[in-house]
Amino acid sequence: MSRNDSKYFSTTKKGEIPELKEELNSQYKDKRKDAVKKVIAAMTVGKDVSSLFTDVVNCMQTENLELKKLVYLYLINYAKSQPDLAILAVNTFVKDSQDPNPLIRALAVRTMGCIRVDKITEYLCDPLQRCLKDDDPYVRKTAAICVAKLYDINAELVEDRGFLESLKDLISDNNPMVVANAVAALAEIQENSSKPIFEITSHTLSKLLTALNECTEWGQVFILDALSRYKAADAREAENIVERVTPRLQHANCAVVLSAVKMILQQMELISSTDVVRNLCKKMAPPLVTLLSAEPEIQYVALRNINLIVQRRPTILAHEIKVFFCKYNDPIYVKMEKLEIMIKLASDRNIDQVLLEFKEYATEVDVDFVRKAVRAIGRCAIKLERAAERCISVLLELIKIKVNYVVQEAIIVIKDIFRRYPNTYESIIATLCESLDTLDEPEAKASMIWIIGEYAERIDNADELLESFLETFPEEPAQVQLQLLTATVKLFLKKPTEGPQHMIQVVLNNATVETDNPDLRDRAYIYWRLLSTDPEAAKDVVLAEKPVITDDSNQLDSSLLDELLANIATLSSVYHKPPDAFVTRVVSSAQRTEDEDYAEGSEVGYSESHPSDGPVSPSAARQAPASSAPVATSPPAAPVPDLLGDLIGMDNNSIVPLDQPVTPTGPPLPVLLPASTGQGLQISAQLTRRDGQVFYSLLFENNSQIPLDGFMIQFNKNTFGLAAAGPLQVPLLQPGTSARTLLPMVMFQNMSQGPPSSLLQVAVKNNQQPVWYFNDKMSLHTFFTEDGKMERATFLETWRSLPDSNEVSKDFPNLVIGSVEATLEHLAASNLFFIAKRKNANQDVFYFSTEIPRGMPFLIELTTVVGNPGVKCAAKTPNPEMSGLLFEAIETLLRG
Amino acid sequence: MPVAASAIYFLNLRGDVLINRLYRDDVGGNMVDAFRTHIMQTKELGTCPVRQIGGCSFFYMRISNVYIVIVVSSNANVACAFKFVVEAVALFKSYFGGAFDEDAIRNNFVLIYELLDEIMDFGYPQNLSPEILKLYITQEGVRSPFSSKPADRPVPNATLQVTGAVGWRREGLVYKKNEVFLDIVESVNLLMSSKGSVLRCDVTGKILMKCFLSGMPDLKLGLNDKIGLEKESQLKSRPTKSGKTIELDDVTFHQCVNLTRFNSEKTVSFVPPDGEFELMKYRITEGVNLPFKVLPTIKELGRTRMEVNVKVKSVFGAKMFALGVVVKIPVPKQTAKTSFTVTSGRAKYNAAIDCLVWKIRKFPGQTEPTLSAEVELISTMAEKKSWTRPPIQMEFQVPMFTASGLRVRFLKVWEKSGYNTVEWVRYITKAGSYEIRC
Repeated sequence: MSRNDSKYFSTTKKGEIPELKEELNSQYKDKRKDAVKKVIAAMTVGKDVSSLFTDVVNCMQTENLELKKLVYLYLINYAKSQPDLAILAVNTFVKDSQDPNPLIRALAVRTMGCIRVDKITEYLCDPLQRCLKDDDPYVRKTAAICVAKLYDINAELVEDRGFLESLKDLISDNNPMVVANAVAALAEIQENSSKPIFEITSHTLSKLLTALNECTEWGQVFILDALSRYKAADAREAENIVERVTPRLQHANCAVVLSAVKMILQQMELISSTDVVRNLCKKMAPPLVTLLSAEPEIQYVALRNINLIVQRRPTILAHEIKVFFCKYNDPIYVKMEKLEIMIKLASDRNIDQVLLEFKEYATEVDVDFVRKAVRAIGRCAIKLERAAERCISVLLELIKIKVNYVVQEAIIVIKDIFRRYPNTYESIIATLCESLDTLDEPEAKASMIWIIGEYAERIDNADELLESFLETFPEEPAQVQLQLLTATVKLFLKKPTEGPQHMIQVVLNNATVETDNPDLRDRAYIYWRLLSTDPEAAKDVVLAEKPVITDDSNQLDSSLLDELLANIATLSSVYHKPPDAFVTRVVSSAQRTEDEDYAEGSEVGYSESHPSDGPVSPSAARQAPASSAPVATSPPAAPVPDLLGDLIGMDNNSIVPLDQPVTPTGPPLPVLLPASTGQGLQISAQLTRRDGQVFYSLLFENNSQIPLDGFMIQFNKNTFGLAAAGPLQVPLLQPGTSARTLLPMVMFQNMSQGPPSSLLQVAVKNNQQPVWYFNDKMSLHTFFTEDGKMERATFLETWRSLPDSNEVSKDFPNLVIGSVEATLEHLAASNLFFIAKRKNANQDVFYFSTEIPRGMPFLIELTTVVGNPGVKCAAKTPNPEMSGLLFEAIETLLRG
Repeated sequence: MPVAASAIYFLNLRGDVLINRLYRDDVGGNMVDAFRTHIMQTKELGTCPVRQIGGCSFFYMRISNVYIVIVVSSNANVACAFKFVVEAVALFKSYFGGAFDEDAIRNNFVLIYELLDEIMDFGYPQNLSPEILKLYITQEGVRSPFSSKPADRPVPNATLQVTGAVGWRREGLVYKKNEVFLDIVESVNLLMSSKGSVLRCDVTGKILMKCFLSGMPDLKLGLNDKIGLEKESQLKSRPTKSGKTIELDDVTFHQCVNLTRFNSEKTVSFVPPDGEFELMKYRITEGVNLPFKVLPTIKELGRTRMEVNVKVKSVFGAKMFALGVVVKIPVPKQTAKTSFTVTSGRAKYNAAIDCLVWKIRKFPGQTEPTLSAEVELISTMAEKKSWTRPPIQMEFQVPMFTASGLRVRFLKVWEKSGYNTVEWVRYITKAGSYEIRC
């Protein structure tokens, strides 16, 4: 027998609001109650019922608890939009907070804390003060949390009114739930404050550990999480703590178990006795395994955490690898994580079993999972030297099944195995060559070509094999072109016969004059120069011995691991990112280094200007800046320096010494920090894309009187989360010299909230000067990925599946498309892929697709009359808020 | 920070909001749009239950035809969040008597709002015990003996009980007949290779209890597990009785069990909640008695025919029997015609799941029925990929049998009034994921 509340949703008549208004003011209790329910139902489905504020608040003075709760719920939602009217409710709140019924007292305080209106907050203090000292524990536990709410609204008020002291007193309360909530509130306040507010002494520690036994399951989580920050004084204390926490491992609540594990791991760092540590590891294993029988979502969280735990303490689960075997019906995200852990736990002892499993997975249906399984075999081969041969034989078996993506994936990992164990397994090359013509993925192709080039001397028909690829050279993706170039050079150096000689001419020609990919061109010129100058030197360079690789993929750096382990069970442990990387918080702090100050400081301004408005807000599209500022353009075909011009003619007279540093060439970079502001240091920089990666190309010119060194760079949070992937490498800059560098960048490291913006704030410092800040603009086309090309059918389907509200358009009255062919080529080089073209009256309509990382596609329609000014650009995308940036990018590309 | 949620949304499969509750101010009100456009309407859905979109993170779970979405913007405790959702759903189910789906939510939305206000405060989970909440959150929809009580009259002691050390049992219960029912339910999980070697095998068991006891009784449960028995013999300084002892790999207990006491004395002692609950869960990997062995031979004869022979052997006592045995034998999608002979039960081809389904209602111990089938396939040239051969799956229930061998040795009930109790114990073993690769 359930009630039938659904009727409240079904009023869709016109004049609904006036009707509700009338009902709310009815003289009958039941009618009023029903009306409030209808209002709440309307609120739930997203209708604006804020105009009924006064009428609803009038119903607040009631003896009926159910009705009162509904009115309170309404207030929480709308008080902010009607702050002046909210004051009407204050009297009732204050009265309710003194009601003889503790449930009503608590309800009043709880609700007041949720209403973030200054006028209400002012009146909250007195009731809160009373409630913190209430006789009833239910009221006290509610008041404890309310202090945290108030601190979030007005920290000063909390400090001034002495609520923090009252809260600390509650830690000694005789009711465990009050204690737990007080701990949670204090921990949260501490996290948002730089002052020491909640310091855990050994006295509080033992008090809280005792409370642990009596708390509800959630209370145990609050306490364990708060205590995990405690640093034990010595090993003995740590052992004591651990002893009192270990019983929690048997709790049925997964959150309690994970928090207990976190705390034990923290304390274990201090314990030196290997026996104790071994014993603890033994105790932690079973509960961790048990987490894998929970709901799949919880399993996922557990697996992400186990991944971290086994990196620090590999012994814990060394014997439990079987529990990570994938079940047929496991959701894909569970399977993927299990696979990752299986690789981590694979050892000489269990590798046979593991390989059998991987082989089984490689025949499953889900393509991504199959690929990962094949890759896993390769990673095991690289990790376990003694098992490498068995791994390879499994890979060969898989290649024989001739499932296309399995073969391609296998070839990619075999290339890595060759790198790891040179001159060991080359006998299998012949088998690999059989699958040559089925390869269609760039990475697999590039890997195969690398293998052919590397072992050209052992493959009889290496030249034929490479030649078959050469025919399609101009159409190949950059990755494959680069490999082809290198492989052909290797072949030529190893077999300097007529065939290869002819091939090298073709390749070098293709890779220099007939390409506008600067990377390919640069590399080709270098080879050309090397070959024409000193073939022996070329051999030393191209055929040099390569450093042996190890499997360090997915291994976290030790300090990061420490931080993540301290955050077990939280989001940070699931993302494998430190909390700062995805949480934006406003913390006031006195001591901080200059660099951090910069990053944090401007972040504060950022988040304040767009409070709680994620970058996904649809209104953001309107705010996107117009592209009037001079945007750094992508490089047009680089002017070939004279020197190289000579080399094209193989003019050996103008040879440059090889040791001269080869600097990345390209058009001049826009000056971002003029020498006049930088005390003589001038910085020009621009984002570029090469080989599918984003680089920050920088030019430092020292026009000052002193040598500068110790350059460092930092990026503020930005829309795409761009950050440096490595340290900035700039040599000592003598006065009057300059240095150019390419800084590899990673995306999605420090994302900012707020609407998408092209603003990139950069800070550069060196040992001699103050920190320099300058702003750059990110062009969206730098992020267009190489694999953004869509099939026509997919394009049409995607276009149709996106609602019309996702379509945005813009006119560029001054743009002219002169030559269609040149434009298409130019756009394709920037990863804006041509899909189709049609004629509409005298206009030409072109369709393009592109994508930025994390699978955000853009479908673009350009309408123009060729040769005449005026281009209309329409775009459909799941992320219309990015459209401002997109139009900027398109304009830039079409102008270039 | 143990915060579990800034906002919680209940959506139907179309993405309409059924219920939304904002707990904290750090996420915007339009977050559900972001979830719809970036997760629900993309192929992302179901690929990962934790996702970051902009500055916010989304955790979601699908339960029947409802998505429950939690939004946070801080470094929240994800484990806590998911567990909260699971327990909240259990709570709702207990309130609306079973089902939890879109209709149930619409029909009870006022009640759900009321509960959501109670079970979480500012993102921190509070008491979620149905037993206690039903004391003071009472709606007509509630099916509990207290529903006749007017909702607005303050319930004496309710607040003390919510926050009390025994936050799961109310005081003053009286039963004419004091009874306890214990159900030991084991699921056997098996993964066997086609050659018959056991790749993975474990038992996850749970002890379900139904208590109808007066007052505030103290219970103590004894099992034939190794650690418990050893400890006992140590305390009483007498050697362990001969007989089978079971080694439990791991045990987890309901929050009513005193964990510290379990850790020091190895006894399971507790004050039970009233009515039905799950006392403990355990896991065993060593010495599992598999109730069934499956011996499949599947031959592909050319491109269009297959021969399937499956023998299922029951290896439990001859006097016992299994109920509801179902063997699902996968066949390729392009199956056209099937013919069977079975020595027991019935078999048919189910095209919806691409399986031969063999059902045996009552399956005695120590027998070995067989199924032999011929499968004809439509020959398709386009079928490039070879058939991936999913595993054979089995379902069954074996009453009075435990795959682990676990037995209840005693259950002591102590209450200050000193009444007598009647205890009932049942055992049952079910198939968990019982898979045989072929």
